[in-house]
Amino acid sequence: MNPANFTELNPVTWRIEPTGAMRVPAIIFADEQLITEMDDKVGQQACNVATLPGIVSASIAMPDAHWGYGFPIGGVAAFDPAEGGVVSAGGVGFDISCGVRTMLTGLSVEDILPRQEAVAESLFRQIPAGVGSRGKITLDDAEIDAMLTGGARWAVEHGWGEERDLECIEEGGRMEGARPDFVSDRAKDRQRREMGTLGSGNHYLEVQAVVEIFDEEAAAAYGLRLDGVVVTIHCGSRGLGHQIGSEFLKEMANAAPAAGIILPDRELACAPIKSELGERYLGAMRAGINCALANREILGHYSRQVFGDYFPEATFELLFDVSHNTCKLESHVVAGVRRELFVHRKGATRSLGAGHPVVPQAFRTVGQPVLIGGSMGTSSYVLAGESTSEEKAFSSACHGAGRAMSRHAALKLWGGRQIVDDLAAQGILVCSPSSRGVADEAPGAYKDVEAVVLAAERAGLARRVARMRPIICIKG
Amino acid sequence: MVWFHHAPAVCSGVFGRSVGKGWPAMNATGQISASGWEHFHHDADIGVCGRGRSVVEAFEQAALGLTRIVTDSPIAADSQVEVECRQNDLELLFVDWLDAIIYEMATRKMLFGCFAIHMEGLALRGSLWGEPVDVARHAPACEPKGATLTELEVARDDNGLWSARCVIDV
Repeated sequence: MNPANFTELNPVTWRIEPTGAMRVPAIIFADEQLITEMDDKVGQQACNVATLPGIVSASIAMPDAHWGYGFPIGGVAAFDPAEGGVVSAGGVGFDISCGVRTMLTGLSVEDILPRQEAVAESLFRQIPAGVGSRGKITLDDAEIDAMLTGGARWAVEHGWGEERDLECIEEGGRMEGARPDFVSDRAKDRQRREMGTLGSGNHYLEVQAVVEIFDEEAAAAYGLRLDGVVVTIHCGSRGLGHQIGSEFLKEMANAAPAAGIILPDRELACAPIKSELGERYLGAMRAGINCALANREILGHYSRQVFGDYFPEATFELLFDVSHNTCKLESHVVAGVRRELFVHRKGATRSLGAGHPVVPQAFRTVGQPVLIGGSMGTSSYVLAGESTSEEKAFSSACHGAGRAMSRHAALKLWGGRQIVDDLAAQGILVCSPSSRGVADEAPGAYKDVEAVVLAAERAGLARRVARMRPIICIKG
Repeated sequence: MVWFHHAPAVCSGVFGRSVGKGWPAMNATGQISASGWEHFHHDADIGVCGRGRSVVEAFEQAALGLTRIVTDSPIAADSQVEVECRQNDLELLFVDWLDAIIYEMATRKMLFGCFAIHMEGLALRGSLWGEPVDVARHAPACEPKGATLTELEVARDDNGLWSARCVIDV
């Protein structure tokens, strides 16, 4: 995008003035280089979101924003139900509650390296990944409904996780307001054998080494230390979330005209929050959130088992688990007035600052951990939420590096074997059932994650705490 | 309403396990002069477009393009699966058709390489032929999550050629 088309509020904040049907401005947080590299569609989609009924303050795009469907990926928008606000299936995404969890192993790099290959092979065997993989768990109707209501708590009750994990998961591991009865039989069928599976695409499990600490106090609160080893998992609600998203997207597109919603593009399909369809989607979507929380808890349990086999001394504590595809009812102060808003985050992470009552007690003095995934060959980051993010972006920050290049373009430039070999030469072991899948996800196909997190920090959304580099990467 | 069952109209060229040798790899396009499929650019996901002399053919070709998001490898037509879709307009029917294939791929752990559609108004009955995913042989690259309404268009050009396109979330 051409930065000259926007109003520069400061070097990392750009504004698109409301024109036409836009009800509010669009705000993009990025430095000049990042915004120049963004597809024009990001600006278009941010402006389209700004036309939706009941939107509050601004349509917001994060530094890692890229072209999505309806909302840009990296998009944040809050809606007030009292002002006709809407909920959008595209504004949450098909992979409902896709997110990241990071676990502290208590081990050092020197503990892992002598067994790096064996650990990689064991993780690859134990973590079902990729198309055609099968989970080890099969759920009947009653158990599916229990999982959709109980989330990670359900997983812990079944022995797939530890009670102490729950306080380090958003919502305490269980999203209130889930309505399994609003989830279709087809969505449930799609999930029946998919619990504890990683998926494919940009989903991964990585063993990472902490290579840089930026904020000693926050790092200590989070349990991060130089040369420490962590395990990070990126995945979501699997087939169930995908099916909920697919079904409601079409239903919302069909129903929007009757609800009096004029859409600039049908991809923005949405429904009034205060409507039968809106409430039904929220109930199903919250069930999808619980599915994702349960899935990541189970994958964390499998990882814990593998590490326990090799390193009985490993402590394996959950640092935190965050979702970045959600719509949640939150309380925010807007222009001095506290309001109850439905905040969509599509490829954006909640970023609560120090002192916020929702932040777990252990992190309350430093802010909520914000987990930023990189790519196979590049760094991941742990950030700390900043209180200033509330006023700027409804307490939100970026979620990852963000794609800079399409999969199609990546395939033309790289081969999977070549990437695996190059990364092995850098000490990173990549295990994947698909060479083409690895090429799709080539590290070079992503934006510079360092520039993304720096822009987020400069914008006051979250601050850097630690940087990690991968040692082992399991890809679907 | 009369429904017809007929032989697969569009295939990846593979019928039975002996086929595949000599079958040209289709990385990003399977175009022929009047009908075929292609993938188009999207930052995070993949666009799929089918073209044909009729809506039915364009839908069938797009289905092939959907499969080629997952694998370049030949797919044996060992099993047949039936799907039905009904929508209020042609574009949403196209999305529903692709979603129906994605659902069958996900729940049956199968890949499909041959497709045949019969349409009556805005109701569609489709036949899919394929086989279970063989990770070693198919090396599936990624899993389609769903068809989106982004870049969604079903249209006929001045030459009477139909195209059906949208972005697939992967």
